[in-house]
Amino acid sequence: MRIFDPHIHMTSRTTDDYAAMAAHGVKAVVEPAFWLGQPRTNPGSFADYFDSLIGWEPFRAAQYGIRHHATIALNPKEANDPRCRPVLDLLPRYLDKDGVVAVGEIGYDSMSPVEDEVFAAQLALAVEFELPALVHTPHRDKAAGTKRTLDVVKESGIEPGHVLVDHLNEVTVGLVQDSGCWMGFSIYPDTKMSPPRMVDILKERGTERILVNSAADWGKSDPLLTVATAEAMLAAGFTTDDVDKVLWRNPVEFYAQSGKLDLGETTTDATFEGSSILRGGS
Amino acid sequence: MTLDDLREALPDKEWLKSAQNATEITRLFTRADRQLGRDEIAPGWTAGQAGRALLLGGQSPEQIRELYDHGDAAEKLAVLKALPLLPIKDAGVPLLLDALRTNDTRLVAAALGPYARHLDAATWRQGVIKIVFMGVPLAEVEDLDERADAELAQMLRSLADERAAAGREMSADATALLNRLEA
Repeated sequence: MRIFDPHIHMTSRTTDDYAAMAAHGVKAVVEPAFWLGQPRTNPGSFADYFDSLIGWEPFRAAQYGIRHHATIALNPKEANDPRCRPVLDLLPRYLDKDGVVAVGEIGYDSMSPVEDEVFAAQLALAVEFELPALVHTPHRDKAAGTKRTLDVVKESGIEPGHVLVDHLNEVTVGLVQDSGCWMGFSIYPDTKMSPPRMVDILKERGTERILVNSAADWGKSDPLLTVATAEAMLAAGFTTDDVDKVLWRNPVEFYAQSGKLDLGETTTDATFEGSSILRGGS
Repeated sequence: MTLDDLREALPDKEWLKSAQNATEITRLFTRADRQLGRDEIAPGWTAGQAGRALLLGGQSPEQIRELYDHGDAAEKLAVLKALPLLPIKDAGVPLLLDALRTNDTRLVAAALGPYARHLDAATWRQGVIKIVFMGVPLAEVEDLDERADAELAQMLRSLADERAAAGREMSADATALLNRLEA
């Protein structure tokens, strides 16, 4: 079983997580830029964070044979802080990097007027840089937020097939399926979605344009819930080909639209004639 | 290796022409791996790295610094590899110091290549011990035998003792170097 986790915040995870993910078949991840537990207050903090997403983090992932790509954006929550607004000016240089396969996470948090503006501006960047967009849907007032999200996507002129609308559930999936956008589901220990509920959605909706992720971050989350969902699919009678489609081919197809997804062999034991570099803290 | 050798070796002459005519090179620099590929075209040089080195050829130390600072890991590596080929004397030393602070073995090793002749002895010794610690082969270090001194021997000796106390061994190449220095 090969797993592509299309949404996971590895910055907040340990190397033990990478080892466990690799042992369970996770071979590729996409790490979207998002907020951290502590709000940032200046663009420099974002530049260092973005640099880590295209520097240190892919290197760390490669130690475990995992391909790491990123999506880059100013997230909606921090967009509301005027001190962070100049982050928008940093984005073009990052969106051109080899490891950046989408603009994201963009979308709504509180659905403020500032969020409207920043969301639209970043959808325009996605069109300009010919990149797909990863769109977060809000946790509060989700149904209204998802509807408004789809309106803004439509207005922007971006192809629906270039948009992945994430953190969906039973209530919001129908709207997104009808829009032609890709549907993302985050499987969480308590909140968002669970493996059995995900299986029910797949039974009802099929496997087209559906992506499953762990969205694991600094909160209560589990990077192996992609694997648990794959196992729940098999237990419910889905074929290994169905599992491969949802947990590998769909995310590959979505992010490959960037023209930059590189899934070539990773060096498990890294670069120097087989000499192990699995150590840190030097 | 010289910039002329790399220019000669680079198969994509169309790209070279566009690079020569470019007034602004940031985009070409960022996209070099995608446009030129990652195949080796000269010993130790991929096409993308060669292209990046050639783009750096006409840049001031400040511009080189900016491309490095704004680069992803592959761009930073290409800058570090290009430094000894560029007419910038020791102006690139701050980039080596940055690379030596990272935990990326590729960058740390590249910082100890030919351009490391501009590093002072104390910094160079710390770099050498760091790559021994990281498990990178000492073959990556330029001028190792010429520069290795009694103080480096002392540092290797303490690392070897520490490893022995923990029931672990220092790498064979570092042990061999220590033996040579203590002989």
